[in-house]
Amino acid sequence: MSDLILAIVIGAAFGAVLDRIGATSPNWIGKMLNLTNLNLMKTILLAIGTGSVLMFAGQMLGLVDVGHMDVKAAYIGVFIGGLMLGAGWAASGFCPGTGVCAAASGRKDAMFFVAGGLLGAAAYMATYPAWKASGLLEDIAGGKVTLGTVPGSKFEGIWAVSGDVLGLVLGLAFIGIAFALPDRLNGGPKLSEMPAE
Amino acid sequence: MALNWKTGGLLLGLVFFLAVLLVKPIGVSTQFVILDGVIVDLISPDFITETDGSYSSTNAYMAKSSGKYAKNAANPLNYSFLFVLAMMAGAFLSSALRGGISKEERSVPALWRANFGESAAKRYLVAFLGGFIVLYGARLAGGCTSGHMMSGMMQTALSGYIFAAGAFATAIPVALYMFKKEG
Repeated sequence: MSDLILAIVIGAAFGAVLDRIGATSPNWIGKMLNLTNLNLMKTILLAIGTGSVLMFAGQMLGLVDVGHMDVKAAYIGVFIGGLMLGAGWAASGFCPGTGVCAAASGRKDAMFFVAGGLLGAAAYMATYPAWKASGLLEDIAGGKVTLGTVPGSKFEGIWAVSGDVLGLVLGLAFIGIAFALPDRLNGGPKLSEMPAE
Repeated sequence: MALNWKTGGLLLGLVFFLAVLLVKPIGVSTQFVILDGVIVDLISPDFITETDGSYSSTNAYMAKSSGKYAKNAANPLNYSFLFVLAMMAGAFLSSALRGGISKEERSVPALWRANFGESAAKRYLVAFLGGFIVLYGARLAGGCTSGHMMSGMMQTALSGYIFAAGAFATAIPVALYMFKKEG
């Protein structure tokens, strides 16, 4: 029962934050992906870094249960699926989580996205045996693995380095990249407006 | 107007951390499969079967991993499904509190309008097709932007990095091609 209360509290917080950072707006997604406004990209990188640092530091201090980690398997289909999702994400401006949130906040195009999504998921369910037979769902590099070896975790590491130290370092790296990224990469000041050498 | 990335990033990171601290990492796209399962089972009640507390389905994907998805579709009042409903409520309230979304923006967002004009039908069609390919891809990949990219990379999961590499490899070229005008 308490799990269901947590689902409501954390879920509602997640939806509200996605709305506030602009992630539920196809305009902000489009401007991030066409590299004209990286505010949302910096937000996401800072979030991954913050989450990573808090989680691994908490695990090292014994405050966070390592058993809560849930690592997904690596296989070729992850990359192919990523390619597909990326194309649809850019074209529509929604991903699964932001799409349902946008639909809930009244965006009609997002309701079409969700309808298409339900059909797409059903199409995958119907074609799953063919993917399974193709071998593209077979584990690569150990399947459910983390980059380093996290002490006490049920997941293997690719490298023998301490997984929580590596997690902290990578978390800080994500935060660093968030700060280092410019506001935009595409366009910006015209050449004629740049100071002459 | 969106929050500054420093505030927004900290808040978003905190939510992802709280999820893993209190329950488990956040993921969304599986729930499209669960809702599909609920709908199909309503239309055709023998889609999901239960024998002695163990669940299965006539669909191989629903039945995989000892009927994990079939079980959740038979009992949709579970953590992950409720989580997505709560996300929708949270986004709805947050959006309403800052004044809601304008009527024009609701059907044709500004960036789309600047590049492709006023036609809502055209926008809806692309949103629908986009949804199809996004969820097909997410289920093939075993996760989406939340589960693979954010939760996965945060945990240093190899699969999260592979997914992000694939997603940005198409997302950026497609956006550069489609959205040349800034809106």
